[in-house]
Amino acid sequence: MATDTLSPPPTAGPAITLVDVVKDFGGAGARDAAVVRGVNLAIGEGEFFSLLGPSGCGKTTTLRMIAGFEEPTSGQILLHGHDMVGVPANKRDINMVFQSYALFPHLSVADNVAFGLRRKRVPKDEIRDRVEKILHTVELADKADRRPRQLSGGQQQRVALARALVNRPRALLLDEPLGALDLKLRQAMQLELKRIQREVGITFIYVTHDQAEALTMSDRIAVMHRGLVEQVGPPQEVYERPATAFVAGFIGTSNLIGGRLAAAEAGTGVLDLGDGQRITVPLRGSHAAGEDVELTVRPEKITLTTEPTDTASRIRGTVREVVYLGTSTSYTVDTSTGAEMTVFQPNDGSACATPARGDIVWLSWATDHSYLLTTAPAAAATAADPVSLTSR
Amino acid sequence: MTRRRRRPGDALAPYLMILPGWLWLAAFFITPVIVMVSLSLQTGDFIDGFRQTFHFSTYADVVRTYHVQLVRSLTYGAIATVSCALIGYPVAYWIAFRAGRHKSVFLFLLLLPFFVSFVIRTQSWNVVLADHGVVLGPLKDIGLLSADFHLLATPYAVIGGLTYNFLPFMVLPVYVALERVDPKVIEASTDLYASRTQTFLRVVLPLSLPGVFAGVLLTFVPSCADYVNAGILGGPSTTMIGNIIQTEYFTNLDYPAASALSFVLMGALLLAVFTYARTLGTEKVLEAAAR
Repeated sequence: MATDTLSPPPTAGPAITLVDVVKDFGGAGARDAAVVRGVNLAIGEGEFFSLLGPSGCGKTTTLRMIAGFEEPTSGQILLHGHDMVGVPANKRDINMVFQSYALFPHLSVADNVAFGLRRKRVPKDEIRDRVEKILHTVELADKADRRPRQLSGGQQQRVALARALVNRPRALLLDEPLGALDLKLRQAMQLELKRIQREVGITFIYVTHDQAEALTMSDRIAVMHRGLVEQVGPPQEVYERPATAFVAGFIGTSNLIGGRLAAAEAGTGVLDLGDGQRITVPLRGSHAAGEDVELTVRPEKITLTTEPTDTASRIRGTVREVVYLGTSTSYTVDTSTGAEMTVFQPNDGSACATPARGDIVWLSWATDHSYLLTTAPAAAATAADPVSLTSR
Repeated sequence: MTRRRRRPGDALAPYLMILPGWLWLAAFFITPVIVMVSLSLQTGDFIDGFRQTFHFSTYADVVRTYHVQLVRSLTYGAIATVSCALIGYPVAYWIAFRAGRHKSVFLFLLLLPFFVSFVIRTQSWNVVLADHGVVLGPLKDIGLLSADFHLLATPYAVIGGLTYNFLPFMVLPVYVALERVDPKVIEASTDLYASRTQTFLRVVLPLSLPGVFAGVLLTFVPSCADYVNAGILGGPSTTMIGNIIQTEYFTNLDYPAASALSFVLMGALLLAVFTYARTLGTEKVLEAAAR
């Protein structure tokens, strides 16, 4: 319902573009010490876009710069091609849903929702209609006269959402809006948010540190780490093909195996694990023989067997821990090269083996499921700079 | 979890805990009030002694005699309270939102004069405002003011003194209320297109009203009943009801009249406060009480 009235005017090009945005609260000008150290993003119209990262990675600061609560030290923030830097927050056609909701405690639900429209001097009749409609969308029509403190956390959350959406902003910014809710309500609200976003068609920029939440809701995810974007892509891509070791480790569980490329040609390489074992790996970027690399493979892609298999990607190890998880069983395996690997085997009866603690096993996986992580320049720079985490 | 077994005394426990409070009230509030009521209805004089005669016309007599001073007290108190609010709100706002890390320093400075006796502080204003004191003297010397201009013994001096003395009672509760305003709510207002002025009028001011309400009570009631400021800074034309009560009691030794006047003042103040509470909205009063 109400889709026609709530969608923003169609425009070409990205809704929001960030060009080399830097934020340094210290003002020292040293880019390495800044909270946000040069972020480039192009967020499409009507997209559900998540900024994902651990606390202190700069995601909230990035969001606050888009909202206008902080000014970037340098760089450009474009809203439909217009530079927003220097435009105060109350003059930006962007609304925000705060982590703590920040509802006006002295106003009723309806007055909270009408606040933005009244400041914009929208005619009274139209305000009444739009408030009624949006309260209907968030299923709070019967709570219009209540005060915020008379509502549950989930209801307050929806009031905050309605209060922002009723203004039909060009983009909606959400700063960990589900953080204060309990798990069950959070999961329900994730689906609810996604439904509302589809219904209103407004660009959502969603900040979260919860990778499952980002994977569930987003069209695309930008993974941030120490003030930089490490990877941007759809959930599946970010999960299946992590670009850096940080992304691989932050999203889901992943296994890292270090080694040196013994051979590299025509999209296929041979990784020397150092103890004589060799694994065939797919080469997607430019890699040269002799290069030190890390290989990542997701735990659920690995098959455990008690006899060696003839796959090109396999490694020997000893089972250290077996944890039964219901739908699957998690094995922690110490490999012969000294790495620790996690393997999930589905409990659907298809598992080739059910090894016990101390058993010698072979871990094998389809070569396609291996990803080589280059020690990218960005990752190298962040690794060498622990200051940015503590400087917030 | 095991639940503690209820013992026969459990139901009585809350009443036992509140008992000291009741005893305190009974000893130091209810008893004196009963004594005062009784005193106000007695007749006689200091030499021959007072007898209980239930002489209610004392009340009518004191109101007829002193209604000018009574109305004057409430007027001075109201003007001083409004002045305290007009001066105190910006001070509290500045300390809460602009003083940054030095908040406690400014709050301490605000309270610093309170380390000096109330009477001495007021007396020092007598010196400051004297006809040839540090303020008026130079202005008269250079001819800006005529030689017979004076501030002492005028309503300005008395109301000024009341405002000065009760200002912190306004600033502190307003400061506490402003300090409690969530900065995120102010950001939300800005995010929803409100200008700085609109944010103040629509969000900050309403949220700080419980503090203003408390401040008004804390300044209005004592300033109406005050006699020190009128006594030291005022003259015969600025006599307040407090001065009358003091004179009746300590100089004229007319205990029934002094007691009756005290109850008339108490009644007038209660009436004023409840009228004020009703006009400002019951809910806000409840909020102020609940927070």
